[in-house]
Amino acid sequence: MTRIVNSGMGDGGGRMSDAGEPAIDLERVGRSFDGRSILKDVNLRIGRGELFGLLGPSGSGKSTLIKLIAGIDKPEGGRIRVLGRQVPSLALLSNIGYMAQSDALYGELSAKENLQFFGAMFKLPGARLAERLEAALSTVGLSSDAGKPVARFSGGMKRRLSLAIALLHEPELLILDEPTVGIDPVLRVSIWSSLLALRERGTTILLTTHVMDEADRCDRIGLIREGTLTAVGSPAELKAESGASTIEEAFIRLGGEKR
Amino acid sequence: MRVRALTLRICRQFIRDKRTLALLFVAPLFILTLVYFIFGGSGSPPKIGAVGLPNAIVSGLEASADVVDYGSWDEALEDLRGQDLDAVLALRSGKPALLLEGSDPSRSRAVLLAVSALQRQSASQALQPEISYLHGKAGMSSFDSFGPVMIGFFSFFFVFLLAGVAFLRERTTGTMERLLATPIRRQEVVLGYLCGFGVFALAQAALIACFAVYVLGMYMTGSIWLILLVNLLLTLTALTLGTLLSAFAGSEFQIIQFVPIVIVPQAFFSGLFPLDGMSPWLHKLTYLMPLYYGGDALRGIMIRGEGFGGIAADIAVLVVFSLSFAALNVVALRKQRAI
Ligand SMILES: Nc1ncnc2c1ncn2[C@@H]1O[C@H](COP(=O)(O)OP(=O)(O)OP(=O)(O)O)[C@@H](O)[C@H]1O
Ligand SMILES: [Mg+2]
Repeated sequence: MTRIVNSGMGDGGGRMSDAGEPAIDLERVGRSFDGRSILKDVNLRIGRGELFGLLGPSGSGKSTLIKLIAGIDKPEGGRIRVLGRQVPSLALLSNIGYMAQSDALYGELSAKENLQFFGAMFKLPGARLAERLEAALSTVGLSSDAGKPVARFSGGMKRRLSLAIALLHEPELLILDEPTVGIDPVLRVSIWSSLLALRERGTTILLTTHVMDEADRCDRIGLIREGTLTAVGSPAELKAESGASTIEEAFIRLGGEKR
Repeated sequence: MRVRALTLRICRQFIRDKRTLALLFVAPLFILTLVYFIFGGSGSPPKIGAVGLPNAIVSGLEASADVVDYGSWDEALEDLRGQDLDAVLALRSGKPALLLEGSDPSRSRAVLLAVSALQRQSASQALQPEISYLHGKAGMSSFDSFGPVMIGFFSFFFVFLLAGVAFLRERTTGTMERLLATPIRRQEVVLGYLCGFGVFALAQAALIACFAVYVLGMYMTGSIWLILLVNLLLTLTALTLGTLLSAFAGSEFQIIQFVPIVIVPQAFFSGLFPLDGMSPWLHKLTYLMPLYYGGDALRGIMIRGEGFGGIAADIAVLVVFSLSFAALNVVALRKQRAI
């Protein structure tokens, strides 16, 4: 499935609107640590404007896969193309918003200063930065805490700030590693509606989650187990395939048996 | 723009970390002051026991030593054993005999100096050489002599530690990975670090140098600007070396482990201690030690008043060190991100 990419935003290196190619295209991707194979032969295509959820037990390799796609880590084998470009590529990084599983923030700086710093990394000009800063902060509900040093933030506030940083430069592709962990239900609803709104505007979103109702809201989900993609499809398809009534059941049934 | 933002960020982080700031700025001054009080004076005059010496000799000795009269050799020996005396001078069967306590070479030297001064006094005036100094001055303390090297050493040591730990912490807290998920270039990262820390390194160098010269009155004939230049280059070398080595450390503790391997040998080879007696092949090791060049240049400026021409070679080597460490840093960041 492909959605029409919202182009003409004129940021950084310009939107890469080669809409013909999928947003993410993995071919036989593998990665191992210390001789232990963590990802095996992963093939995956994610269309433009798709909201794709990656599900799998802890330690199954979700974060590893996400880092490969974000261009932070290098695969041992296979081919990764993102937004029509071979990974790794510096130009590509300006079009990706990445949120790591563990918050990587500068504790001595305030939320606003953190955002300003990352804004500068993406070369956002002053006026746009100011405007985006406000928008990103209000999306995650941190506007009133913007001046506080991050070291004094709660866990959930840090998580939200990490998300704000990923959203800051309005990237074409959002890669979010467990974005809603530690965020209260009310905020989670509002963050999800922001994500859905972004998707409506053509942003491709790849996220990992352990929360089943979040998985249910994705266009498609991929189940990963011990480094292998065991099933990919829309929530409805996966439920039908496994004969389960909830995604949770499908997850448990499809997780292990296949292959 | 990115380099500027990175520089600004490092400065902000630094300024808000009061304790580290204190370590960088107060600790060197504290140690330098201690060193000044320990080595700054010319030391107390040696204490010499005199046994049956003529008055003329005793008063001659008193010019440069504390002289205590003893009735018998055995009494004096007793006190020498008890370390109340540094030496005993006696006339034994018509000839003067000097017995030194001998456990502290610097005290022994002071005694010998006093005794030889005595010999000079008795020689004819016509043979007395007129003494003047090409560099330095009479009564220059050891603090004046190795002070310049200490200035360089402090700049090097503290910046090495701080930069190493700061860079490492970026890696262990994941902020480095996060930073490298943005389109920043690896050389921009290294350059940003150089600038951010450079600001503080320069401020530290200026503070240490000014404190040593204007407050402690360290002997200084050259240009303070040259001192700052050398110090800055030295700290840039320390910075790039520290960040480079932090790539091979997994924790703050492992950074500390570099101190005995990287810093301490440099102190030995930096000119704080004379190396002439060392075997020649070992002596060649000095050429690998950035601190040697820094110390050499700082000494040249402060004691011999050398201008830029005199220290150009040292400066060139320091620049080469910094540049190559910085380049290696850029390469080492490949470990974090392939591009
Ligand atoms: N840098 C690394 N060095 C060695 N092993 C690693 C490294 N990173 C990940 N692993 C291993 O890879 C496997 C997958 O880790 P990964 O972080 O991708 O799991 P995950 O699916 O994200 O789990 P979780 O849901 O808990 O976040 C784990 O067994 C982990 O031990
Ligand atoms: Mg993970």
